[in-house]
Amino acid sequence: MSILVNENTKVLCQGITGSAGSFHSKQMLEYGTKLVGGVTPGKGGTDFEGKVPVFNSVADAVKQTGANTSVVFVPPPFAADSIMEAADAGISLIIAITEGIPVNDMIKAKRYLQGKPGVRLIGPNCPGVITPGAKCKIGIMPGHIHKPGRIGVVSRSGTLTYEAVYQLTQLGLGQSTAVGIGGDPVNGTDFVDVLKLFNADPETDAVIMIGEIGGDAEERGAEYVAREFTKPIAGFIAGQSAPPGKRMGHAGAIISGGKGTASEKIKAMEAAGFVMAASPAELGTTLQEAVKRGAPKKNR
Amino acid sequence: MKIHEYQGKEIFRKYGVPTPRGILALSPKEAEAAAKELGTPVVVVKAQIHAGGRGKGGGVKLAKSPAEAKDLAQQMLGMKLKTIQTGPEGQTVHKVYIEEGLAIGQELYLGVTLDRATSRVTFMASREGGVEIEEVAAHSPEKILRESVDPAVGFQDFQGRKLAFGLGLTGPTVNKFVQFCSSLYKMYMETDSSLVEINPLVILKDGGVVALDAKVNFDENALYRHKDLLEYRDIAEEEPRETQAKEWDLAYIALEGNIGCMVNGAGLAMATMDTIKLVGGQPANFLDVGGGASKEKVTAAFKLILADPAVKAVLVNIFGGIMKCDVIAEGIIAAAKEVQLKVPLVVRLEGTNVEKGKELLRNSGLAITPADNLRQAAEKAVAALK
Repeated sequence: MSILVNENTKVLCQGITGSAGSFHSKQMLEYGTKLVGGVTPGKGGTDFEGKVPVFNSVADAVKQTGANTSVVFVPPPFAADSIMEAADAGISLIIAITEGIPVNDMIKAKRYLQGKPGVRLIGPNCPGVITPGAKCKIGIMPGHIHKPGRIGVVSRSGTLTYEAVYQLTQLGLGQSTAVGIGGDPVNGTDFVDVLKLFNADPETDAVIMIGEIGGDAEERGAEYVAREFTKPIAGFIAGQSAPPGKRMGHAGAIISGGKGTASEKIKAMEAAGFVMAASPAELGTTLQEAVKRGAPKKNR
Repeated sequence: MKIHEYQGKEIFRKYGVPTPRGILALSPKEAEAAAKELGTPVVVVKAQIHAGGRGKGGGVKLAKSPAEAKDLAQQMLGMKLKTIQTGPEGQTVHKVYIEEGLAIGQELYLGVTLDRATSRVTFMASREGGVEIEEVAAHSPEKILRESVDPAVGFQDFQGRKLAFGLGLTGPTVNKFVQFCSSLYKMYMETDSSLVEINPLVILKDGGVVALDAKVNFDENALYRHKDLLEYRDIAEEEPRETQAKEWDLAYIALEGNIGCMVNGAGLAMATMDTIKLVGGQPANFLDVGGGASKEKVTAAFKLILADPAVKAVLVNIFGGIMKCDVIAEGIIAAAKEVQLKVPLVVRLEGTNVEKGKELLRNSGLAITPADNLRQAAEKAVAALK
């Protein structure tokens, strides 16, 4: 087992004929992902790389392939629309990679998804989800740094997730599932959602959660951990050296009005029972330390 | 994107959000003429910079005559205005806004922005207008009223009434306030704002509701559909290298240190800065080259870092997902040759095509210090300064 994706995951790629979509579809196929179809309106009836059929709509693709998951590479002006199209067509897991979607578009898309119970959105502006043990890679992460195993990874940042995974793999610690929830202020799935899934997954033994400055998603994650989490957990917050009022690349990574600072988040996470990494070079070893110390005290 | 107060008010007026009458002035003479034209016994002279806290910093002053308005404009134009939001260097004032004086009864606070916890646009209102709202939020959060807007139906009148009664408004002012909020919401949505803050929002002695201030930010990801708003951009208010970075679609923030950083991914870029600090160095910048960068983009990023005279060493940290390490390596080599790199360069590459990338760097003939992990890279960069 794992969370979110496994060997039964059948994936569609929305925007498969675009440059990012086609590059990463190739990578996903090579990794072993069951990529069963692509969607590009107007290009239905063609195929990708001679083996993946392309459809005009997600509805068509679902009907023909039985896909249950979609990965979105559609450009920002049309991405929110694509997310809603996937939800309407009965896709239960939508993973939106696209970076730069207008916030108001995402507010509407998220409202639309509230009327579709059973549909989960990951992202946008995220690296995706990977379960190495099921050879299921959905997104843009480099597959070769991963290794099947029992550590759960959840992160707001893309490349920093790779950093964590790479360090774990170097230490011989494989991953059950690695999830990037994305760096936008409005996203589909937050830390709490993913932590709940890891908590319930019998094949995840420990978790590392990587956050960054801005918002309060980490604080909410910490509250949940203090309340219910039963597994060892390590953490890191990026942006300890970031000045206030400056947006650090991600639309969501900004300290405003004195809120969302790294030190507040670190304090909340430590209090909840996380073992915190002082430096991003110590993500893997901090996880080892967390395993040594065991689950957060109250929930042991 | 940030805009000036006078521009925010121009947009307010288009949407029927009441503001005082005002005229922009670029010289003391224009300020005098503006005060005459407005014709009120008192006018307000307001420095226009992209930062809040202007009142306390001496950037908002009353003038009792056109001559005084001229004098005040003389003092403000060209001065470095320091506020809590500008940093210690302050920001040069290039424009002043002359506004009519009004008979103010009460000062309130009204803000509209995204509430990340609910993923909805939220109105915030408080009786504590004219002061720093961050202070109110920190010490007495119960004094801030909130109304979250359902995007399916938009801002409703009853929500406006809830806020109005919560603020203690009475009589015809209640409906004026409701109308004010509805117009503001329409403006917020139609312009893809990310923040609208009115501090203070004033209730006039005659019961009118007027936006005395206007702080408006737009969602940069939505600007592609608002070409008209691009005219409001004021490059004079931006850090020149940050402006240059935007042309290449690079996320760049200038900092105080001397180790230039080029990283892919915002989280890793922040983590790299953090690591440099942790091992005793100071990062010169935040720079995210983003996903899918071309060789040209990497070259541009490189030039940008080296344009900062404070930079005494460069650290490149790339973890290739979308980006392929060989593309990065080609960019680094091309740029280092083009700018005839004179400072030490530490490179750490990992991810897709990493071997190809490392080989390109090795065979480049350039003096590049390779590093195998993040901490080592930071330590080598700090050591290279000596």
